[in-house]
Amino acid sequence: MPEAPLHAAAHATGPAPAYVTAAHAHQFDDPGQQHEAGNLGMWVFLATEVMFFGGLFAGYSIYRSLYLTAFEAGSRLLDVRLGATNTAVLIGSSLTMALAVRSAQLGRRKALVLFLLLTIALGSVFLGVKGYEYYHKFENHLVPGIDFIYDQPNAPQVELFLCFYFFMTALHAVHMIIGIGILATLAFMGWRGRFSPGYYSPVEASGLYWHFVDIVWIFLFPLLYLIGGRY
Amino acid sequence: MPAQPLAPTPGNPASGHAPSGHTTSGHVTLGHVVPLGLYIAIFVTLLVLTGITTAVAFVDLGRWNTVVAMAIAVSKMALVILYFMHLRYSANLTRIVLLASFLWLSILISLTLSDFLTRHWTPNADGWGSPSAPASNSPSQP
Repeated sequence: MPEAPLHAAAHATGPAPAYVTAAHAHQFDDPGQQHEAGNLGMWVFLATEVMFFGGLFAGYSIYRSLYLTAFEAGSRLLDVRLGATNTAVLIGSSLTMALAVRSAQLGRRKALVLFLLLTIALGSVFLGVKGYEYYHKFENHLVPGIDFIYDQPNAPQVELFLCFYFFMTALHAVHMIIGIGILATLAFMGWRGRFSPGYYSPVEASGLYWHFVDIVWIFLFPLLYLIGGRY
Repeated sequence: MPAQPLAPTPGNPASGHAPSGHTTSGHVTLGHVVPLGLYIAIFVTLLVLTGITTAVAFVDLGRWNTVVAMAIAVSKMALVILYFMHLRYSANLTRIVLLASFLWLSILISLTLSDFLTRHWTPNADGWGSPSAPASNSPSQP
């Protein structure tokens, strides 16, 4: 990789701030502008992700309004304790992700790697619990289209609810798996000392992605597990 | 030592971004460093809200169950976006992108529902079936 010219450093008066010494791509005035441009790009990507998940949320809203009774019955088939546990686990992983970004900002290399690994661990716990829930659905013959046996009223509509359950949680889980891969790469790069207070945009952008996936679950949890009338 | 704003580049004196240097324990970083205690407080609040929304699901509030669950979810989202995703400390352009994503999502859901929820307002023409039965005809309704 060729050496990037340090434009900002040439114009700085007095001792250059630490981040000015970080290299930045030539189309940017300075590392600060580069950092903000990268962040903005990530937010634009997340806006497309909102629409990606939005289609499923819109479909869910339509069929819930059409088949309310069946969707409430379907919701009661899910284990609310596992759902709540996973919500707490994911919120915890968001905290460790935020602390990883903070460690990068402060130039604490070991803390950065540690918090990234903690985030990966919590994400894996989430996926493990999710996998157990899927396994349980297979055991109880509650997998739409593959193995579905349900002798209560409105069976086709309950099957539709479970379709939404599987598609929404699986799309969410795929995002988690991709996120874990990204975080593992970041942990490796961080261990090699690739990040500094003057350059940590990849950590920040990946953090935005991870928090977005957390937010999706924050909505999936009440929509799938809670608003089914468990009283 | 106070944060040093970057010297403007001669070719672009009004570089559009805010000066983004923050001094924390001798380091100068690109973004705002949120205090550790604030992160912990947000985390605890999110856990408490999760507990509340789970507990409320076991209480019969009628239609308000959905309203309360969604209100709590929106509150949790706001906390995550504002603090974990640093929107409170972000540029206005970033906020516009976020508002735009909410706008498009609301168009997607509201226009779609405005179709499905109003189909039973008008009777079907003779000879036309009812491929998507309105709520009143749906077998799941009492």
